[in-house]
Amino acid sequence: MKILTANRLTDGIAVWYADGGWAETVGQADLAHDKAAEDRLEAIGAKAHADNEVVDVNLIDAEVVDGVVEPVRLREKIRAAGPTIRGDLGKQAERAA
Amino acid sequence: MYRYDEFDHDFVQARVAEFSDQVQRRLSGEISEDQFRPLRLMNGVYLQLHAYMLRIAVPYGTLNGKQLRMLGHIARKYDKGYGHFTTRQNIQFNWPALSDIPAILADLASVEMHAIQTSGNCIRNVTADHFAGAAADEVADPRPYAEILRQWSSVHPEFSFLPRKFKIAVTGAERDRAAIQTHDIGLHLKKNAAGELGFAVYVGGGQGRTPMVGRKIREFLPEADLLSYCTAILRVYNLYGRRDNKYKARIKILVHETGVEEITRQVEAEWQELKDAELKLPDADIRAIQAYFAPPALTDRPEGDQAVKLARLDSKGFSEWLDQNVVTHRHPDYAAVTISLKGIGEVPGDASDSQMEAVADIAEKYAFDELRVSHEQNLILPHVARADLKAVYDALVDIGLATANSNLISDIISCPGLDYCALATARSIPIAQEISQRFASLERQREIGELKLKISGCINACGHHHVGHIGILGVEKKGSELYQVTLGGSADENTSVGEIIGRGFSSEEITDAIEQIVETYLGLRLNPQEKFIDAYRRVGPAPFKEALYAGETKAA
Repeated sequence: MKILTANRLTDGIAVWYADGGWAETVGQADLAHDKAAEDRLEAIGAKAHADNEVVDVNLIDAEVVDGVVEPVRLREKIRAAGPTIRGDLGKQAERAA
Repeated sequence: MYRYDEFDHDFVQARVAEFSDQVQRRLSGEISEDQFRPLRLMNGVYLQLHAYMLRIAVPYGTLNGKQLRMLGHIARKYDKGYGHFTTRQNIQFNWPALSDIPAILADLASVEMHAIQTSGNCIRNVTADHFAGAAADEVADPRPYAEILRQWSSVHPEFSFLPRKFKIAVTGAERDRAAIQTHDIGLHLKKNAAGELGFAVYVGGGQGRTPMVGRKIREFLPEADLLSYCTAILRVYNLYGRRDNKYKARIKILVHETGVEEITRQVEAEWQELKDAELKLPDADIRAIQAYFAPPALTDRPEGDQAVKLARLDSKGFSEWLDQNVVTHRHPDYAAVTISLKGIGEVPGDASDSQMEAVADIAEKYAFDELRVSHEQNLILPHVARADLKAVYDALVDIGLATANSNLISDIISCPGLDYCALATARSIPIAQEISQRFASLERQREIGELKLKISGCINACGHHHVGHIGILGVEKKGSELYQVTLGGSADENTSVGEIIGRGFSSEEITDAIEQIVETYLGLRLNPQEKFIDAYRRVGPAPFKEALYAGETKAA
């Protein structure tokens, strides 16, 4: 399964494509289960990049754990949570707040 | 210290205005990311995992209190309350919004700072011995030459689009504290038999995926020829350096592939065309720049000896800190102080906004308003009267920056790694923290003695692992972090590249492996004075391999 991720142009914050827009958390990201869906996400990413909404657009591997979308690779897990050495920063801190 | 002249002010202000306009045009969609990316990189703006990152230049690592206070202000106002001092004597902020960067650059310009040429394929911040101007063992302060190189290399039209980035370091002492042999050009300021100043010139050092020790191509270059000779080196590199492969584009590859004799011949030939032309430095110009670096007026403070003696009796903590973090100054009543940014279990090189402000206060009050950033990611107060050391220590204790571990195993260089960096393949900071905690006992650290441990989270080697006495390189293998260990590296006047000791270790195993290496060293050293690096050079890798892997071989 794949999801679409990028960084927001204005502040660089990591975002994931979910439900027609760019969400600041990964949990509800739109999942692509097949090639056609991946192509659709990729086209959305390319357009958002061209429209200067986001930069560094990528399709990444994801899985669903307890009904929540999670990235597979450590790099993407860290992007989705924040630095592992600073639980007070990044998405993990916002979730805790 | 150096003060901007009218030209510098206009130049930096013009760049702030230009880049602010570029940011506005990017945000409004007038220019694309492909167009903007090289522009933002020229101004130190990267995109990392969580956000943009801004790298600010600290020329040759020299700062004053006002500047450090401004960095603290930026950390608080635009970032998340901290900054990260780097191995190139710069500082990085991890969370700035692109839309705030024009305001940050304007704030920086107000204290004569900028982020120009902290990225891109140009000549980067020129680094220098962090004890420059204070060290008892230097022939002259190397920073005026670093400043001359800065002025020459700033937006140099010929050298703004090199095959790859280009790093220069300069030291003024035999004892190399600036790691000059790991730089594209390394300059060792020295005196010849006639007492004249000049440089031994090294080229082609570097780390990354192909580590190389710089080769000496000139024993003595007169100081007046600094710019013409560097221009000759850069010209040869610009002409023949590889542009077909990013990983082979550094000058070290050119030196390696061409051979040091042929490179030397080419540089010397080019230099013959340049040496007597306009790049020759007039003596008056050198002295004018030197005047900016005139040392503070150090009045005699002979009461320091007695004060230190008494304070030692009074405080074990002070005594330990004095032994470890305070070094001899050229003036006997003064000392140079290392402020460790390596508290046990802390993030190497990080300082909070309030710590930066407090250190700025200390520098203004006790250290003639001078500060340095070391390439080992610590801060330095280069001139402190011995009589004031206890007051400085007490002030550092108050802000949690009095860890007495300079040059010990917990004084770890670490890159940001996968916790922040888009290029990283593994985390480095948590490994540094775990090792630091494992060796938390100062008594144990001091028993081990000088040990340089350096960690990189990818092959680009920002954490200098190749030249660590113990180096750790984090890679990704089958989706997990794996840590390779190198031993025997060194970044001083006897620079060497460490050797991979064997198979890598998981994140759970690595600290035990390091402890095993240290215990092996303690068991085989001739005496407590034999440092880790000396013992390793004497015995080689075999005993360490045996200690780490013997069980496996037998099992297999």
